[in-house]
Amino acid sequence: MRIVVLVKYVPDTDEIKIDPATGTMVREGIPGIINPLDLYAVEEALRLREDYGGETLALSMGPLAAEGALRETLSMGVDRAVLLTDRRFAGSDTWATARALSMAVRHLGDFDLVLCGERATDGETGQVGPEVGAMLGIPVVTYVSRIEEVCPVEGGAGQIRCERLTEEGYQLVETALPALLTVVKEINEPRLPTFRGKLAARRAEIQHLTADDLGLPSGETGLQGSPTRVVKVFYPSLARDTEMVYEPPERAVERILAFLEEHSLT
Amino acid sequence: MESYKGVWIIAEQWEGALKPVSFELLARARGLADKLGEPLSAVLLGYNVRRVARELIYHGADRVYLVDHPSLAQFDPDPCANCLERLVREERPSIIVAAATTSGRTLMPILAARLHTGLTADCTELDIEEETGLLLQTRPAIGGNVMATIKTPCHRPQLATVRPRSCRPSPRDTSRNGEVVAKRYPDEVFASRFKLLGFRKLEEKVGVEEADVVVAAGKGIGSPSNLNWVYELAALLGGAVGASRAVVDLGWLPYPHQVGLSGKTVSPRLYIACGISGAIQHLAGMRGSELVIAINKDPRAQIFKVADLGVVGDLAEILPRLVQRLREFRSDAGGEGA
Repeated sequence: MRIVVLVKYVPDTDEIKIDPATGTMVREGIPGIINPLDLYAVEEALRLREDYGGETLALSMGPLAAEGALRETLSMGVDRAVLLTDRRFAGSDTWATARALSMAVRHLGDFDLVLCGERATDGETGQVGPEVGAMLGIPVVTYVSRIEEVCPVEGGAGQIRCERLTEEGYQLVETALPALLTVVKEINEPRLPTFRGKLAARRAEIQHLTADDLGLPSGETGLQGSPTRVVKVFYPSLARDTEMVYEPPERAVERILAFLEEHSLT
Repeated sequence: MESYKGVWIIAEQWEGALKPVSFELLARARGLADKLGEPLSAVLLGYNVRRVARELIYHGADRVYLVDHPSLAQFDPDPCANCLERLVREERPSIIVAAATTSGRTLMPILAARLHTGLTADCTELDIEEETGLLLQTRPAIGGNVMATIKTPCHRPQLATVRPRSCRPSPRDTSRNGEVVAKRYPDEVFASRFKLLGFRKLEEKVGVEEADVVVAAGKGIGSPSNLNWVYELAALLGGAVGASRAVVDLGWLPYPHQVGLSGKTVSPRLYIACGISGAIQHLAGMRGSELVIAINKDPRAQIFKVADLGVVGDLAEILPRLVQRLREFRSDAGGEGA
């Protein structure tokens, strides 16, 4: 079975702090990490390889620094990593990103499954996965919380049965391979990289692909290839006008009750 | 591009009944349609839903495009996307607004990919640019710490999703008039590569996303035994129980309770943060709450910055007392009423 995992390099939101004076986010010097929600897709790919054999490949699009995210997947046990990196990809929105990623998946040969995290913690759109699936013309199963069974068949015509988490409950779905799945946290507990894995990941070679390698015309990449335009960016203040209570418990509880009553919440 | 006219919403149904988010979408989109001076239409895909179509008109739609077919009973991305793609190519709307639900967030990206157009997720504000008539889509990113306004200047339709419960549903007015346009399509439109084998309803209705009150527990509650008080308080206030990531990671509460960047986003009338320090990821999931009470023993906890009422103290002392006092309050009020 051949599995491609799509991962994103994102700013480490754990490191983001609020400026106490302005109540806005401090973005300077934030290190990059692999999107935490992608780790679940990586883990699931590794488990499927353990059960069914085959190859796992991690694919990312981003600047050279995004190699860091790919090395993390290698240290967990992924076999190969590929980075789409090109100045021409700069400014890509979800459509242009999905276009490049889907071309890259095709470029990298036959596959049974594409796995992605539910969304990235920076843009938080959750769009790129389903868009890639749609562009590849393969079935898309979103919010997968459990893979029940996979019947890979050499040369296609395999099947996958999985459960997706919706607002009302779990929907059990079966579809044909190749397919694209986006997974939620519930699906597994991602493993930690081993020491040996880390060493191997450091030495591993990461294949680079450019827009030309994929035969992407300039009208379909980067800002030019993006249907959406960001016209304004602003930083809202988080802070509220807080009434602080430093009273013993009895008095504090009375203040809470009064607050609830003032807002007719009792 | 001028041939694209009109504003659409994608109505959502569950077991043949309209979900409230449909009326929230109508409330949002009505303003956009009025600004443009164009009609507002609702798309209703489902099975045996003809009888609820008129409700969409009562709630603000001028027209309902109805596709009623057995393959649309449960959410299946194939027939849904096929129907929607056909409808768009036939009717050429300028704007489509859908809900940022598991189905909306699946269907809309597929549609955007197929139609080669822009899609903006989780918009908190939608408006029409005066000079151009373009849809201005404002959305949070990086956990709501950055807001971006986005346009789709040269592609149609302009696609956007908005989160459920992010605005009030439009009121019902049975004197409103409109037409229901039933669409019939050939069988291949309803073909699917998916087999829907079953549905397991959620055993415990966690419902933090829908609740008017959320009482959320952080590591600062000290021990899982104190969760009883959190549950009691939530029950007394008619609310749901939320959790910080730390609490979920410790296994004190399961993942569906988690509020924050990697969990649910909530915007209740009241959010009570119990022993939550206020990591930015958590704030991202609850900063839209109307009122926030934070209780924490560390006076420097970041959660106090986003609170309306900040109580510095020990939860093991405060929570039982608060629950008891609320109970007394209730029985007093009940006594007066009787």
